[in-house]
Order: sequence, then C-alpha cells, then structure tokens
Amino acid sequence: MRRTFKAAMGAEVAALALLAGLASAQAGSLKIESWRNDDADIWNSKIIPAFNKHYPDIKIEFAPSAPKEYNAALNARLDGGTAGDLITCRPFDASLALYQKHQLDPVDGLQGMDNFSDVAKAAWQTDDGKTTFCVPIASVIAGFIYNKEAFAKVGLSEPKTLEEFHAALDKLKKDGTYVPLVMGTADQWEAATMGFQNIGPDYWKGETGRANLISGKEKLTDPQYIAAFKEIASWAPYLGSGFQAQTYADSQNLFSLGKGAIYAAGSWDISTFRGQAKFAMGAFPPPQPAGTTDCYISDHTDIAMGVNAASKNKDDAKKFLEWLTTPEFATIYANALPGFFPLAKTPVKVDDDVAATMVGWRQTCKSTIRNSYQILSRGTPNLENELWNVSAQVVNGKLTPEAAGKQLQDGLDKWYKPAK
Amino acid sequence: MPESVSNITAQMPRAKLAGLLLFFLGPAVAIYTLFSIYPLVATMALSTYTSDPSGARSFVGLANFKTLLGDALWSKPFWNALGNNLIFFAVHMCVQNPVGIALAGLLSLPGLRLRGFYRTVMFLPTMLSVVIVGFSWNLILSPLWGVAAGALKAVGLGSLFAPWLGLESSALVTLSLISVWQFVGIPMMLIYAALLNIPDELIDAARVDGLGQFRIFFHIKLPLVLPTISLVSVLTFVANFNAFDLIYSVKGALAGPNFATDILGTFFYRTFFGNQLQLGNPTMGSAVATVMFFIILLGLCLYLFFVQRRIRRYAF
Repeated sequence: MRRTFKAAMGAEVAALALLAGLASAQAGSLKIESWRNDDADIWNSKIIPAFNKHYPDIKIEFAPSAPKEYNAALNARLDGGTAGDLITCRPFDASLALYQKHQLDPVDGLQGMDNFSDVAKAAWQTDDGKTTFCVPIASVIAGFIYNKEAFAKVGLSEPKTLEEFHAALDKLKKDGTYVPLVMGTADQWEAATMGFQNIGPDYWKGETGRANLISGKEKLTDPQYIAAFKEIASWAPYLGSGFQAQTYADSQNLFSLGKGAIYAAGSWDISTFRGQAKFAMGAFPPPQPAGTTDCYISDHTDIAMGVNAASKNKDDAKKFLEWLTTPEFATIYANALPGFFPLAKTPVKVDDDVAATMVGWRQTCKSTIRNSYQILSRGTPNLENELWNVSAQVVNGKLTPEAAGKQLQDGLDKWYKPAK
Repeated sequence: MPESVSNITAQMPRAKLAGLLLFFLGPAVAIYTLFSIYPLVATMALSTYTSDPSGARSFVGLANFKTLLGDALWSKPFWNALGNNLIFFAVHMCVQNPVGIALAGLLSLPGLRLRGFYRTVMFLPTMLSVVIVGFSWNLILSPLWGVAAGALKAVGLGSLFAPWLGLESSALVTLSLISVWQFVGIPMMLIYAALLNIPDELIDAARVDGLGQFRIFFHIKLPLVLPTISLVSVLTFVANFNAFDLIYSVKGALAGPNFATDILGTFFYRTFFGNQLQLGNPTMGSAVATVMFFIILLGLCLYLFFVQRRIRRYAF
C-alpha cells in the first residue's frame, strides 16, 4: 500500500514537472491565425526559420484555417479567448470590427510602420485614418494570364484594347483548340473579382471612381458601371461549355491542363499554376476600352497581420510584426509566394517572370482597390455579396447590365447615406 | 410470480429511491441539459439582443423577429430560403421515402441472394462525409470532365445534358436528389427492420389465400409498417429543415445562382457567421435559428396531433 502511494506521488511530481516545462515553453511561443492554409509549407519552411535566425528563442506555430471558415472560426476563437497571438487580417471591415471590439491592438508605434504608404495601410485603419491596427503584408493584382503556346499557335499577340481582346477571343473560338476564356460562374466570386473588378477600373478611373462612389457623386447605375457589366456579359460565348456549373477549382484545372487560352486571373493563381502548368505563361493587364488613355489595375490590399489584444506574449508578437516590416521578409514573401506583392515602399526584386510582369504594371498603370470593399459593404444588403450574385447572373445572361446596376444601387440606397 | 416494479419502488425508502433515480437519470439529464437545452435557451435569449460595433449587447425584445419577418431586406431572403427548404423536403418525401420503401420491400423478398451485399452497398453513401459526396457529385455532373455528359451521349441522350448544378432552374432539385442518393439508406434500413418484424404466419396465411408477392406487399406488409413510415417522414422533416452541409460544400454560403439553392441552414449560417465582407451578426442569426426551431416544432406538433394519434399499431 505504502509503496503504491509513493509511486503515485512520484508520478504526480513528474506530471507537475512536465506541466511546468510546458508552461515555460509557452513563454516564448507564438501562434499565428491565418486563412492561407495553402501557404502553410512556405511559412513553416521559409518564413519562420528566417525569423528564427534573428530570434532563435521565439517558437512560432502557423495554425491556418480553411479560407471559407476563417472569419467565423477566428471570431469564435477570439470571443472564446482561445485565439492565437498573431492574427492575419482580412482587409477593411472584418478587421476593423475586431479592432472596435478591442480584440486587436493598434500597431502605429511599431518600428518600420513608416515603411508603408497611406494607401497600403488604408485597408487596416480606422475610417479617420488615424489608427492602424495591422501590419500590411501583401496585395494581389488582377489581370489576364495566357497560355503562350496557344497564342503562338493561333498567331496572337497580347491585346492592348478591348477591341483587340475580342478579336483575339474570336480567333481562338474559330480555331477551336482551346477554350478562349477561362472563367466559371458557379462560385460567383470569380465573375465579380476576376470579371467586374478586373476590367472595371478602366471604366470608373480607379481610385477616382471608388472615392466618388463612397462620397455619393457616382452611382452604380452610371454609364461607366453599366459598361463594365456589358463587357463581362459579352464574355459568355467564349467561356467553356457549362460555365454556369464551372467552379473556381475547375477553372484553375482547365487552364493549368493547357486546355484554355486566356485565364481571368488574380495574381494569387500564379503559385498554383507554377506547380501544375507545363507550358509558358504570360500576363497582360485588363485591355482598355475605346477612348481611354490611362490604364488602371485592381491592386488589392489583401493581407496583413495584427496582434491579438488578449495575447499573453505581446512582446514577442511585436518583435515578429516589426520583422514583417523589413525588406528581408518582403523579399522572402514575394519570391516564396509569387503573386502576393509586398506593400512596403522599398522595391523588392521578384524572380518569377509572370509575377514580375504583373507587379511591373504598377509602373505604367494606376493601382486601385476593389470598390465594394471600403465602407460600402457595411450594411444590409451587403454590396460585396450582391456584386457576386449579379456579376454571375450578368455573365449567365440572366440579368441585364442595367438591371444589375439598378439592383446594386437600390440595395446600397437602402442603408448607405453618403456624407454630404 | 415476481413482484412488480411499482411495488418494489413503493416499498423503498424515499431517500434511496431518489438516489436511485439520480443515479440512473442524472447523467442523461445533465448531458442533455448541458448540450441541448442550455444552448437552445441561450440562443433564444440571444435573439432578443442586439450588439453595437464595440461588441456590447443590449436587450431589444422581439425587434429582431420584427425585422426578420417584416423588413423586406430580411424577409425576402427568409421566405426564399423557406420556400426552397419546402421544395428540398418535398423532393425527399416524393423520392427518398418511396425509393427507400421499395428498396426495403425488395430486400425483404424471400429467396433474395446477396442480401447482405445489397444492404451494405445501399447504406454506404449514408456513412460518407458530405464533403466527399458533394465533391464526387460535383465531378460526376461537371460539364468539363464529368461522366454524366458522356454517359448520356453514349445512350443517345446527349442533348439532355445541362450544367444542372449551375442553373437557377435545376440547381436546387439536383442538390435535393444528391441528398436523396446519400440518405436513402436510412428509410430503407428502418423500414426493412420493420418488415422483418412482421410474423411469418401472416405472410404464409396470405400466400395460402393465393396472394402474390406484390399484393402481399401492398395489402399486408405496407399497412403494418405505416407507423415506421410516418416516423421516417418526421425524421426526414427534421433533417431537411436542419440541412446545411451539402449546400454549403457544393455551392458555398451564398447558395447561388441567385440564391436558388439557399435554404434555412445556409441563410442562418450567412447571418450568424457572415460571408466574405458581410460580418457575422450573432443576435440576428439567433433569431433565424429560433424561427427555424419554431418551424420544426410546428411541423412536429401537426404531426403529433393529426398523424400520430390516428396511427393504429398492431401487436403480434
């Protein structure tokens, strides 16, 4: 009896020691919440080891959720007090709400924040622009990626205007070897993000139009918005058969298998295509409508990182965030994930040729962010949801461009009163 | 003759009886209260609150319900989802349950070979993850690489093929049928079990009277398993009005095209957890969940009052 008691005591002491050991390990460790589960490998094998060269004592765990569930899962964990120390920030309202609920700390005081322009920080600031709560990491650029072999076979060059674009599509359709334009409407957001927001900025003059929508000077029923819808409506004959049921993954596969010629792309697709496509690729910016001279691209601030206000290890978290502002991180990130372009002012050399082409558009075209993201998607009905819905319907031919504009503006008018 | 239970408990000291009750019922009551009753009550309570941007909540009474049912911004998607849900349910009632009954009838035929094999194969989809089911059917029906188009073409019906999952007119029925395919094993199993319970004497007597298998099924077996069929209907009703996962995994939370596949479950999810730029609204979401609860409750009450009481059971 005595013996077993002693043994039990021994086990208990061991358990306590183990617990103490765990607790001490806790002190220098950080957990990252993210929706980039596709990039887990890169974080674990490149980014975190690079950080650990400077701070070998800080253990970092990259703990991503599926993109679709990220917002819901993160909110639940933040409310329940089990969220990680570092929070990957969605742009605009999703993160702003976290800041307003005091779940994210301001990051203005961090070293290196002056390395970002105001536009780069805009997506993670309060409406008055005074407080920033996440460190910008990257933006994504929309455009068109094409199969160089297909272009060579049919004898095409990169279209600069919409007229040339349609001529190229007609030629591809006549040739019949390739699906001329790869885009599906089953997931709806493709039509909005890679359709409407991709070719649209040329019509509404990028940031000018975006600001005018917010200030109420322009309406979504104005000719420039209807024209953008008309353009995507004209794509239907060039899309793959049954595009209404073509999901985003279908589109990616269709293009990377070499069956499509032009892919309505976000730069984030580059890494996927690099792994799968066996042919040479090129990229061209959204072709310009007749009569326009300046070009605009959707260069959308998409990803940032902030610190959980309830974190027990804020000091280390801040060290990590400060490291995110350095050119070292920007270089690793831009090259490990071609298609995610760092937002810091210091230019970064991108090795991937398609990614370098796309980021090069920043020199010739003006950047703008998606016009539905700031402020305008705060109410019910939600403008972004509506935009997905109507864009898909416009491409499907179920809704006229005019009706689409009207539905969006009517929805917006129900709750949004622009400041006078 | 053994003493009856009520006598035993009557003679027991009060304290001992209470202890016994606590021992046997306590765990179930505690678990049920913690994981079922408490969340239900908490959800209902939450539905009477609203929250401001800082996250602070304030009591608003029934205002959320007034908005949900009275404000066209909310009531339109709500009625759309309810309507779609009724179609979803109707497809299950008209296809899943009759097919389940037919399969059970076939399985219980005397002299059927490979009975165990059929039973297992037909029940298998029920055990698959809904993500796998959604993914497989997405592939089967894909206009790009699905086998559906090729199979139809092979029998000369190629012109009938359409991207069913992507069309407003057919997406909901297609998804309902996928769900039927997955869950048809459940009514089949329940009814099959009920059919096995029918005494052989009844069947033998019918056969002596000269009935064939077909008439035996319709005149003897079917009336005897009616209580099980009504139970299956109720289970289908509850499951369909709580359905969410298949639609979400195939069409996403925005349940396109143009909300043609939006059912109460996806509407609730979007409201409670949000979608892309739409922020989650837990208080309004709770209101939706509460309304869903009452819809199911109403359905169950109708069933209890008008169906359950009229069912005649036969004791063998």
